[in-house]
Amino acid sequence: MKIIVCIKQVPNTTEIKIDPVTNTLKRDGVPSIINPDDKTAVEAAIQLKEKHGATVTVITMGPPQAEKALREALAMGADEAFLITDRVFAGSDTLATSTIIAAAIKKLGADVVFCGRQAIDGDTAQVGPQIAEHLGVPQITYAAAIDYDAAREVLTVKRQFEDRYQTLEVSGQCLITILSTLDKPRYMNVWDIVDQDEKEVGLITYKDIEENLNLADIGLKGSPTKVKSTATKQFDKTIETVELDPETAAKTIVDALKARHLI
Amino acid sequence: MADYKSTLFLEMIKDFAENEVKPLAQQTDEEERFPIETVEKMAKLGLMGIIIPKQYGGAGGNYPMYISAVEELSKVCGTTGVILSAHTSLCAAPILEYGTEEQRVKYLPDLASGKKIGAFGLTEPNAGTDASNQQTVAVEMEDHYLLNGSKIFITNAGYASTYIIIAVTGKGPKGPEMSAFIVESAFEGFSVGKKELKMGIRGSSTCELIFENVKVPKENLLGKRGDGFKIAMKTLDGGRIGIAAQALGIAEGALDATIAYVKSRKQFGRSIAQFQNTQFILADLATKVAAAKCLVEVATNAKQNKLPTVSVNAAQAKLFAAETAMDVTTKCVQLHGGYGYTREYPVERMMRDAKITEIYEGTSEVQRMVISGTLLKK
Repeated sequence: MKIIVCIKQVPNTTEIKIDPVTNTLKRDGVPSIINPDDKTAVEAAIQLKEKHGATVTVITMGPPQAEKALREALAMGADEAFLITDRVFAGSDTLATSTIIAAAIKKLGADVVFCGRQAIDGDTAQVGPQIAEHLGVPQITYAAAIDYDAAREVLTVKRQFEDRYQTLEVSGQCLITILSTLDKPRYMNVWDIVDQDEKEVGLITYKDIEENLNLADIGLKGSPTKVKSTATKQFDKTIETVELDPETAAKTIVDALKARHLI
Repeated sequence: MADYKSTLFLEMIKDFAENEVKPLAQQTDEEERFPIETVEKMAKLGLMGIIIPKQYGGAGGNYPMYISAVEELSKVCGTTGVILSAHTSLCAAPILEYGTEEQRVKYLPDLASGKKIGAFGLTEPNAGTDASNQQTVAVEMEDHYLLNGSKIFITNAGYASTYIIIAVTGKGPKGPEMSAFIVESAFEGFSVGKKELKMGIRGSSTCELIFENVKVPKENLLGKRGDGFKIAMKTLDGGRIGIAAQALGIAEGALDATIAYVKSRKQFGRSIAQFQNTQFILADLATKVAAAKCLVEVATNAKQNKLPTVSVNAAQAKLFAAETAMDVTTKCVQLHGGYGYTREYPVERMMRDAKITEIYEGTSEVQRMVISGTLLKK
């Protein structure tokens, strides 16, 4: 089984800075991490590899410094990694991004594609499902558990909904988006930390995948979504202080929460 | 070739120390309990074999990675730092450096995987700083050495299965002839004696070792017969860098905890961080810590590159880092006031942990002897 895991490098902060001119994220000077859902996707892929045998290929689209996120995945136990990077990819929205990543996956070839459910910087949860559409493969979103029946060559996926689970079986090519609640990602280990330095991270540029791409569909040109404005949400912190006996206080709090439909 | 390993390793070990080691540090100390579950987790991540080459099952990492591991673990738990240091510097390293290929193949894979923990036995009741006054003897027989005697203050004793033991094997031209042996805890006649109740690093196991007619196979002689004292001293050069890193980590941990504390603690209507007394003390402590870090780096670099200065570099790093750790932790307790003296805050534990770094693997006085000896030999 060949598993491709799509990961994204995201800023390690909830206070994301936004470029006021382009309305895109400013990444300089902000420490970066592997997006949490994606890191769990790497974990899920490595678990399948350990249990049933598989090769785990990690890919990301981003600037050259995104190589570090790929190296971290290698240090967790992934087998190989590719960085999809080119100036013509810059400014891509989710549609253009998924178009490019799907083209790269077609080139690399995969039995199963894992994505994190959504990234903490954009929160769209769109790229995974869009990749599946571009590839024309079935998709299973919100995976909370994944298992593989080697005899039947079937993946069993537990989908998490707000109030219930759905268990699906899938055979053949597919794409699964994974929740960070599936499992805690493992630490990098010293063997793989040392080994990753001896591995090359493959580069995939526009030229490598141009047969599957149309210039009009990528970069800013291929991005129908334009961010009109972005602002930090202002919270109105009005504090009301009342002195009451415990019983009345409890009732007052409960009433206030009910009035705001919080309970 | 890419060079990401140092960055990734540091990220991993900081993450591991914060999430796996720190939560157990206070309990480990209170209960004087060897944190075996932490050692098992470290083993799974390859931390017990950082510097052991890949062909012996290790990670094939470098000395700076190993030293930063001791430092980062010691920032949150001095006990965990010394377990790794003794295992690596005092057991795995001499087997790697002085062992035959057969010895390396036999012993290093289990040490690298953490299946077995390593330890080192030199100190005896009457052979502390005067390490050459050994009473433990190994008599050469037909196909083995017969080991008799005892060792004290042995770090990791009881939990370790592989020990490097120094013993007298005869008379040399300038005193006793000493040799080093690889001794397994499973050898008949080997036993672990009294467990020491200590002031600090209380989760670390420190016990007596007793050898009663232990038959040590001849192939377990480490290095040449008569090289024992030299091997012990060279091994301690490496060990001292580990202890310097432990001391540095303890000092850094205490400083971090204190910086957080002085910002939140209010007296006379403002945080105590706003008083110049606090600011100046913190500035001095941070400067000393930075200087200690430089000396540890110099010694680590010397060890990594096999420089001839490693002995004096290690002695200077350990001397300065240990005395810095004692000074920093004492002042950090003072900055915490009464709370610093309670076990509610980590700085009192760090102060108790710091003291041993001025004593074991060569007291500060021994380090001064090593340093001045080098100066005056020129």
